[in-house]
Amino acid sequence: MPEGVVAPAKVADGLEVAGIAAVPSTVSVPVAVADSVELYRTMRYIRRFEERAIELVRAGEIFSGIHPCIGQEAVAAGACAALDPGDIVLSSHRGHGHLLAKGTDPSRLMAEMAGKVTGIDKGRGGSFHPSDFTAGVYNSTGTVGHGAGIAAGIAWAAVKAGDPKVVLSFFGDGAVTQGALLEGFNLAALWQLPVVYICENNRYATTLPVEAAVAGTITGRGEAFGIPSSVVDGQDAEVVHAAVAEAVERARRGGGPSLLEMRTYRYHGHHTFEMLVRLRYREQAEIDSWKERDPLDIQAARVAEVDRTRIDAEVELDLDEVVRFAVDSPRPDPVDATDHYHADGFRPRPGVSL
Amino acid sequence: MPKLSYLKALNRALGDEMDRDESVFVLGEDVNFALTNITAGFLKRYGPDRVVEVPLTEQGFTNFATGAAMAGRRPVIEFQIPFLLLLVFEQITNQANKFLMMSGGQRSVPVTYLMPAAGWRAGWGAQHSDQPYSMFAHMGVKTVLPATPTDAYGLLTTAIRDDDPVVFFGPLASLGVREIVEYADLAPIPLGSGRVHRSGTDVTVVALGHLVHEALAVAEELADEASIEVWDPRSVYPFDWAGLAESVARTGRLVVFDDSNRACGMGAEILATAAEEMRLVAPPKRVTRPDGAIVGAVPELDVVLQPTKAQLAEAVRTVLKSTGW
Repeated sequence: MPEGVVAPAKVADGLEVAGIAAVPSTVSVPVAVADSVELYRTMRYIRRFEERAIELVRAGEIFSGIHPCIGQEAVAAGACAALDPGDIVLSSHRGHGHLLAKGTDPSRLMAEMAGKVTGIDKGRGGSFHPSDFTAGVYNSTGTVGHGAGIAAGIAWAAVKAGDPKVVLSFFGDGAVTQGALLEGFNLAALWQLPVVYICENNRYATTLPVEAAVAGTITGRGEAFGIPSSVVDGQDAEVVHAAVAEAVERARRGGGPSLLEMRTYRYHGHHTFEMLVRLRYREQAEIDSWKERDPLDIQAARVAEVDRTRIDAEVELDLDEVVRFAVDSPRPDPVDATDHYHADGFRPRPGVSL
Repeated sequence: MPKLSYLKALNRALGDEMDRDESVFVLGEDVNFALTNITAGFLKRYGPDRVVEVPLTEQGFTNFATGAAMAGRRPVIEFQIPFLLLLVFEQITNQANKFLMMSGGQRSVPVTYLMPAAGWRAGWGAQHSDQPYSMFAHMGVKTVLPATPTDAYGLLTTAIRDDDPVVFFGPLASLGVREIVEYADLAPIPLGSGRVHRSGTDVTVVALGHLVHEALAVAEELADEASIEVWDPRSVYPFDWAGLAESVARTGRLVVFDDSNRACGMGAEILATAAEEMRLVAPPKRVTRPDGAIVGAVPELDVVLQPTKAQLAEAVRTVLKSTGW
């Protein structure tokens, strides 16, 4: 475990979780207590949702393919559990877990991924760029790293409106080499805005290992702007939750932004096209070693078997309905292709004059 | 009646909108000291919460404005130099402008990108001399290019009130233009509505931005030879194609006077659309910048790379002489 890893929080029953007690805690007060059962439910839901989505990719129902977040469920679940319902999340292209953890209707998310009119964005966001304002998910930008500045703008507007919202901005390790990310950090730190920046360091930007991309450290980028920055065990949802809860609390009381580097791992390829094109950029041994600390296993160990069995069954039942809804929903009418291009209804000219 | 300059019209329009709507704020470099004069007096009038001085971080603050707009504000970003719009081209075209569609109509991004010094200025170098309005039209971003103080007031007002991203190009060469106005007559002007500056029956000259004034001078010089209609689209996206068609229906001949680069510029689009959809009795011509060339540092070299009145006069004569296709 790297230096600076946030130690596990004390949970309600007094157990030291996650077995990394040797690392001194940088969390001064346990500001929030995770609900172990709920975290398990969320993670199980995300894992199985993604697995069902991959089946729909194979079946041709989700034609875009997806960027699966399997292996990274603890980050989405732990982080979003530390938010209030009114708080805001900015996601990335690997965002299904973030949306589910923030409270998006799973049926409408799956329908969105399948390009259906019943989707959260009427099929216009797709798997890559979903947003859901009813759940406070404002954006999933595909321009890596550019959510950081957008997050600062949302947070600034909230502060000026006297609204105690916190904005949680997710991005991957690939984003930390983007200038726009650092520009966003600078503005958020300069104006002490309530943003929690969460880097999901899953070790690869598509095929590029983080060591071949990142000079210095990820947390060093935050520290350079005076942003409190820590490395967190991203495989343990309760450790994630404690670290994010502390950052959220600091943001809400006017203490400005934080940066949390979540050390995690994606089990699947960057995108499901890797099921067809085998890109051998990582060793099986590496994948296996990360699976030994599977986030779902870690959380499952904290939940009574009877609860797990019940939750697992409920999740399966629910997902059957989610998949049915997505598959059975109507496809959009091509006549509506240029709907929503402009707020005043102005439509672009067709590509051929009539 | 008072004389209103183009720059003062921008200052007045922005101030009037900030008075009218609390959600409007301005951000940009050197806005506290009103380097360009657009925000003259604003810091004192509106305070630092609505006049937001930003560091040199164009991609950062353009994204920041997108976020503030998503959260219900109406940011107006002032850019000092045309190339800065190229630096943030992705943030405007690929993020702000696509967001309403990508969110299935959930949330629009009402940002105004105010570029009050667009175009060439003698001696300021190659990197300060671009005129990229055609690029935004190409990407489907609402883009306006008013030529007069009244139109500048009206279109900046409309841009700020519009719920979509709008790029406002104020041509550098128009900033000093003054017009006698009655303040009470200043009013919003709809996007996509062209304007006949001078009626004529022999040929339509579509002039954009500061070239409107030069086209009017040429029309006057050639008044004995031809009756020239000078038509100004005022916004390049949306474009008043119906207005252009009406003018061309009257004249049957077309010359476009455009400060874009020649390849893929507005001039090319106007000619193509007119050729496809309108009744032209003779092949049209355009007078533009060359293909992607600018010097900028040496006035005598650069002036030959700008569209000129002499070129326009020659093009008009050629089109008038033409006996048909």
